[in-house]
Amino acid sequence: MPLANPLMVDHLLFERDDRNVFEPINFTVDAGDILQIEGANGAGKTTLMRLLTSALQPTSGSILYQGEDIRRCRYEYLANILYIGHQSGLKMTLTAEENLSWMSPATCSGDDIRAALAEVGLRSYEDVPCHNLSAGQHRRVALARLLTSTATIWFLDEPFTAIDKQGVATLEALMRNHVDAGGCLLLSTHQDLALDGVRKYCVEPHKQRSLR
Amino acid sequence: MNNIGFLAYLRRDLLLAYRRRGEAASPLMFFLLVSTLIPLGVGPDSARLAELAPGIIWVMALLATLLSTEGLFAADHQDGTLEQMLISPQLVVMPVLGKVAAHWLVTGLPLTMVSPLIGLMLSLPEIAIVPMMISLAVGTACLSLVGAVGAALTVSLRKGGLLLSIVVIPLYTPVIIFGSATVQTAIDGINWLPPLAVLLAMLCAAIALCPLAIAGALRLVNSN
Repeated sequence: MPLANPLMVDHLLFERDDRNVFEPINFTVDAGDILQIEGANGAGKTTLMRLLTSALQPTSGSILYQGEDIRRCRYEYLANILYIGHQSGLKMTLTAEENLSWMSPATCSGDDIRAALAEVGLRSYEDVPCHNLSAGQHRRVALARLLTSTATIWFLDEPFTAIDKQGVATLEALMRNHVDAGGCLLLSTHQDLALDGVRKYCVEPHKQRSLR
Repeated sequence: MNNIGFLAYLRRDLLLAYRRRGEAASPLMFFLLVSTLIPLGVGPDSARLAELAPGIIWVMALLATLLSTEGLFAADHQDGTLEQMLISPQLVVMPVLGKVAAHWLVTGLPLTMVSPLIGLMLSLPEIAIVPMMISLAVGTACLSLVGAVGAALTVSLRKGGLLLSIVVIPLYTPVIIFGSATVQTAIDGINWLPPLAVLLAMLCAAIALCPLAIAGALRLVNSN
């Protein structure tokens, strides 16, 4: 599963309403890396995440996956990433199990799905419609995708929101296992992680923008 | 590529519709209720009703479909599943087609099934019942596809309903013309296959083109 040179971001810029959102972004991520993306509120962390998942197209600069621009190897790249954003991506009328099973690869069996839910602390909640679950439990259902996915590169936008202490520990263990197996992880959070080897990258709001 | 996206989204949207049966049945209720008002407004004269029936049934079917089109992508946009769909490693047209197919199965198809009842109420001649059902089945599929383009374009607007109608109704006109023509020619005792063939041709074109337009519109809306 380790990839050579999985992700390289070169001079990435994104304009919104004719203004750059942030200062040019440059970083590389290797197999086994954890990159924590920091920045003030509104600095553009989520925008960066969405650029990295190709939901947005950069104004200039490039994102290279194994040395190749992601616009040229789009499906290969998308098959190997997992993005969990602010919005949980859950359907409130479906049960936890139904939500997870349609978001997971088709190769996942029902047992895999239930095991993943048990792992994130939702045993016996499989058949509960999501509108009866709490905010933290919604987050846990979304994060159970980390267990069913086969992706190498994870993008997690504020994964710890609404998660309790014990849940944070579970999540950190999952992250540790993932990078130990050669995966890589980019996450944006304001919280300090209890993991070693976390590199930090700070997103700076564009100077002209902050002058206004 | 593959049809996994198609089946997964078709199944999920059908399940969602089943969980919200009341909401899913509202276009059908609209179709039934408004159609019962027509004989009250026009009067019980069956000759006059029969004359108006093809047009009325088609206009009602069109409005009922339009009513349900607005929410086609709105919920997905709000809860973030739309974004997940756009970054899934497959052609976006497959999930889109799955969603539209599910929409037709919960609106167009039931509407077609109850249409003989409306036909009876509007004294539609028996000979026109089968052509009406076939034309509605084909036509509502066209309406679902075309309506989905409008729904995709207006997905990020809070009150997109009016704009959706303005975008979509001009595109609905060929469908309603050939749909009601199929029923009318059947009543007149002429061969009703030619207008139906045109309707089928429109469905083929819509299946080929609309998913591309929908996928493009969704990407556009999602890109800021």
